[in-house]
Amino acid sequence: MFKVAEKHDVDSRANRDAYSDAMLEMMRNNERIVHIDCDLAWCINATRIQKEFPERFFNAGIAEANAVGVACGMEATGMIPFVHSFGVFASRRAFDQAFLSAGYSERAIHIIGSDPGITASFNGPTHMPLEDCGLYLNVPNAIVLDPCDYAQTYALTRRSAAEKNLTYMRLIRRSFRTIYEDGSDFEIGKGVLLREGKDVTIVASGVMVYNAIKAAELLEKQGIDAEVIDMHTWKPLDEELLLKSVGKTGAIVTAENHEVNTGLGSAIANVLAARHPVPQEFIGIHNRYGMVASQDYLEREFGMTLENIAEAAIRAIGRK
Amino acid sequence: MHMENLNRLRLLACEIRMETMKIIASKGNGHVGGSLSIADVLAVLYGEVMKYDPQDPNWKERDWLILSKGHAGPALYAALGIAGFYPKEAAYHLNEAGSDFPSHADHNRTRGVDITTGSLGQGISEAVGVALGNRMQGIDSHVFVICGDGECDEGQVWEAAQFAAHNHLDNLIGFVDSNGRQLDGTIDEVMSHGKGIGAKFDAFGWGVIEVSDGNDVEQILEAVRKALTVKGKPTMIILNTVKGKGIDFAETSGEHSSTLNKQQWAEVLEEAERKYAELREALL
Repeated sequence: MFKVAEKHDVDSRANRDAYSDAMLEMMRNNERIVHIDCDLAWCINATRIQKEFPERFFNAGIAEANAVGVACGMEATGMIPFVHSFGVFASRRAFDQAFLSAGYSERAIHIIGSDPGITASFNGPTHMPLEDCGLYLNVPNAIVLDPCDYAQTYALTRRSAAEKNLTYMRLIRRSFRTIYEDGSDFEIGKGVLLREGKDVTIVASGVMVYNAIKAAELLEKQGIDAEVIDMHTWKPLDEELLLKSVGKTGAIVTAENHEVNTGLGSAIANVLAARHPVPQEFIGIHNRYGMVASQDYLEREFGMTLENIAEAAIRAIGRK
Repeated sequence: MHMENLNRLRLLACEIRMETMKIIASKGNGHVGGSLSIADVLAVLYGEVMKYDPQDPNWKERDWLILSKGHAGPALYAALGIAGFYPKEAAYHLNEAGSDFPSHADHNRTRGVDITTGSLGQGISEAVGVALGNRMQGIDSHVFVICGDGECDEGQVWEAAQFAAHNHLDNLIGFVDSNGRQLDGTIDEVMSHGKGIGAKFDAFGWGVIEVSDGNDVEQILEAVRKALTVKGKPTMIILNTVKGKGIDFAETSGEHSSTLNKQQWAEVLEEAERKYAELREALL
């Protein structure tokens, strides 16, 4: 069960601690759980894991392909390995290993890609993953997760450990907006209906969930009744929730912190085109590389603000 | 080591070669050269050194064999068939649609294959992970991994090598099948190994044992016995082998992949069976 927070203030805690909090809790109860880092443990405070469980923390150095391979070998002996690097390296740099050593070989390892999309901000284009989830969507039976806040990151980290397939989860490092109250739980593959509406569906994940909620409030002032779904799991996609919603609203806006050609919007369009075509507008990165700037600046630069979402909703409704 | 036992391993290597040829002949083409060059090390591992249970391929206490050069799958299928994981004839369906015996080793499909390989460089990383996982669980066993010399072009091999040495994985023993050739030509033509493949592993912190004739079961066995006593670091055994060893056309051509017509395959199988019969006659 989950509970939506009354206020969506910026969390006083760094979101990265949701991962290490969940890991420490699990590792205290399950000696098969392991954290492997790629010389970025400090960046997500995984040094806490190293301190409490030095025998189950491994630093693979700056060598992501091997880190994923080692995790797969460990899993073959019955361990439950989590592997972390920045999202760009955890996807592109280790993709063949993730695809074959993990995906095809049916090894349930759990890959954490931190600094998703525009949250990489001042680390710039070399460190800004705009295609990480898209790559993992190509891996048959993989699970792709884009949690939005502390409570959801905590819950999905715990849920990942129980999965029997490869999981890829994005990890926002810094403090971000609180969407859910602590203790909320989420089921992998089940989206969250955050707000009911009848005119248009807004589907978002990760840092875009907050903007989607605010866009719906803005639309309400204009007499438009928007439904908002937090689609934290990109794969497997909650098709049932999606079809039920667009069956009612007849129009959709997808809002993602990712390249739209290979992301959440595309995955949703694949489903809707075949089963229930409705006008769709795509908010996200359109055929661009990342750049150095603040997260707020990048939101504006890439057209990902709450106002952009609201405008897209009006366009989608106009195309009904 | 008693001569009788060595002769048994020599004959086993010869049988692995014969079975490998039957497996590849069932399809008509395949990785003949790189399969034949590892027949002897497979004979030593499955015939003498490794503990395994054909009735329980996933036995937790077993020794593992990871064929990082996954394209030599047919030789591994031959060894596993002879070891009793399945009837030898079961493997005479190489690369048939839906076959459990694909050209590259596949844990999902083939009984006794420990890890899926084929994308070069990946097997050694997974071998490192298995060795680490077993050590963490206090399992007293060894992980053996066979890499190609061409495979060592891959950066991942060296990422795995540094990780294994850094973590003192003495339950990991590797082999480089140094047959001197890769797909496009000789190692020296395509991508040479600087001061030598052994020197590179030595620099990475591994124990290194050079075997001058990597197709001699006696030398291989001696090297493995020595490697089993090494503490605190992994050991890499460099096997100087001949690509295509034991089958005339393959030894001559040294090619990576071979396609023969039916008449040629009949001649190859006749040669393999004759050599096996002659050796059995001479040794027993």
